Amino acid sequence: MILLMTHRRQPGARLSTTRVRAVALKEVRDYRRNKFIASTMAVMPILFMVAPVITIFNLPASIPAGRLDAGIGISLLYLTLIPALVPAVISSYSVVGEREQGTLEPVLTTPVRAEELLLGKALAAFVPTLAISYAMYGIFLGLAAAIAHPNVTTNVFQAGRILAQLLFTPLLAGWSIWAGIAVSTRTSDVRVAQQLSSLVSLPPLAVTALMGFGILRPTVGLAVAFGAALLAIDVLAWKLVSALFDRERLITGSKA
Amino acid sequence: MNLTADPATAAPSRTAPALVVEGLTKRFGTRTAFENVSFSVNHGEVFGFLGPNGAGKTTTVRTLGTLIAPTSGHATVAGLPLIPQNGVEIRRRIAIMPEAPGLYLRLSVAENLSYFAGLYELTDGPARIERALRAVNLLDRADELCRSLSKGLRQRVGLARALLSDPTVLFLDEPTSGLDPVAAGTVHDLIDALRNRGVTIFLTTHRLAEAERLCDRVAIMNTTLRLVGTPDELREQLFSKRLEIRTREPLADPERVLAGLAGVESWHRADDGAYVLAVADPGLVAPDAARALVAAGADVLSLSPSQYSLEDVYLRLIDTDVEAQNR
Repeated sequence: MILLMTHRRQPGARLSTTRVRAVALKEVRDYRRNKFIASTMAVMPILFMVAPVITIFNLPASIPAGRLDAGIGISLLYLTLIPALVPAVISSYSVVGEREQGTLEPVLTTPVRAEELLLGKALAAFVPTLAISYAMYGIFLGLAAAIAHPNVTTNVFQAGRILAQLLFTPLLAGWSIWAGIAVSTRTSDVRVAQQLSSLVSLPPLAVTALMGFGILRPTVGLAVAFGAALLAIDVLAWKLVSALFDRERLITGSKA
Repeated sequence: MNLTADPATAAPSRTAPALVVEGLTKRFGTRTAFENVSFSVNHGEVFGFLGPNGAGKTTTVRTLGTLIAPTSGHATVAGLPLIPQNGVEIRRRIAIMPEAPGLYLRLSVAENLSYFAGLYELTDGPARIERALRAVNLLDRADELCRSLSKGLRQRVGLARALLSDPTVLFLDEPTSGLDPVAAGTVHDLIDALRNRGVTIFLTTHRLAEAERLCDRVAIMNTTLRLVGTPDELREQLFSKRLEIRTREPLADPERVLAGLAGVESWHRADDGAYVLAVADPGLVAPDAARALVAAGADVLSLSPSQYSLEDVYLRLIDTDVEAQNR
């Protein structure tokens, strides 16, 4: 009899929160002590804050509405680069990094399922990214209120813009994380994974760019619609990446 | 060393063999990692898996550990058929210590074990961690970062990690690879302690003396399984028994004295001057040999049965394979 072991999740199999938590905790501990990742996560958001702050500070009071929208849109686009690019650093390292340092095989010998392992890794990238992104946005709003002209501040504080930013931040981070993990499971070199992850995390930014340049109006309804679409894509991406997670290929480099 | 866990809690069923492998084959494209391998391992047995580099030992361990899929054949691991549906449950019942321990070097020893306790969903994680660290004599290093540990200590952490879940079957892949004799001795003592506790151990190793000392039975593998049995059985299958004779002076006519003895299949003179007789039963030949030597005027210093080492068995098998390939 030929046995074909695909190691897919069994229908109805329970997702263990204990294992997901264990993976997430370990990842956070490990990243905190990884100087490259810690410094990238600290420096990159600050760099992406500089341009938006300078932009809104330089927007004159008498600027036409169209140019004001574009200026603020570009500033917010910079801010959405934080949830798009920061988690890519972590998630692209998550699987291929473990493979390179030889820690993946012992983990795969435990009862952990692919979904649990990947969800734990995703959470470990998601939570700090969300905290950093919201913190940066909060600082941006604070600076806008403090230093920008009142008409600029009014535009920055539009409900549609705020909702879009709050909604897109976690969803863009989710996309970036799953894209990064997907790349990380299919490549065999950390640097290649990081470069590819940065690239594949960018497409959803097109939506925020369209809003920023006034091609799409950032209404509440539009933000919710795109948010729902991104959420659905994030969930599908989790399932897809889990299905593509091939223990045999990761251990031996050959397909099952 | 203190291994206090109740072995009964680790074993789902101790009546059936811990491992049964029937006609298992694994191919990567056109390359055959191992082919038509069959053996079984009893509960509480230390089973040695020997073979040269590339013989398929590690691939066999990975296959039985559900990390890679066999191309064909059957296996039962820790009482469960090796099928995709049983992957998680099999991995819950076994533990594999790879050749490289694969520790998170930026985490402490305890943090490494805590992670794996979580992956096994152990409700008494801290107690298990303490017990595992005590078993490998590392309790006092629990808070040290793994990057600061020597290779031998890292290997012991890897072993502690494998013990966390009280596995029914423990796969140890080259556990003493690269260790100095003292560190290797510590690992040997641990394996002895686990055997006494009733844990089934599947040990792949290059160290033949290690296998001879630790293993109840050994299998010699070179893509296909060449031999399985106790070290004594393997010796008997491949070699005649030996009687070793030492005399003060070389015999004047050894052919006349030795070849004429009943029960002697052949003889040769070893490099150290001893006469080595291949015999069916050393106990029957020895008295006749002593009488013949005395009659020939020889001063006999010693006359004793000697046995081939597992290394001799291994080398003969592998040499045979190499000769067959070169033909």
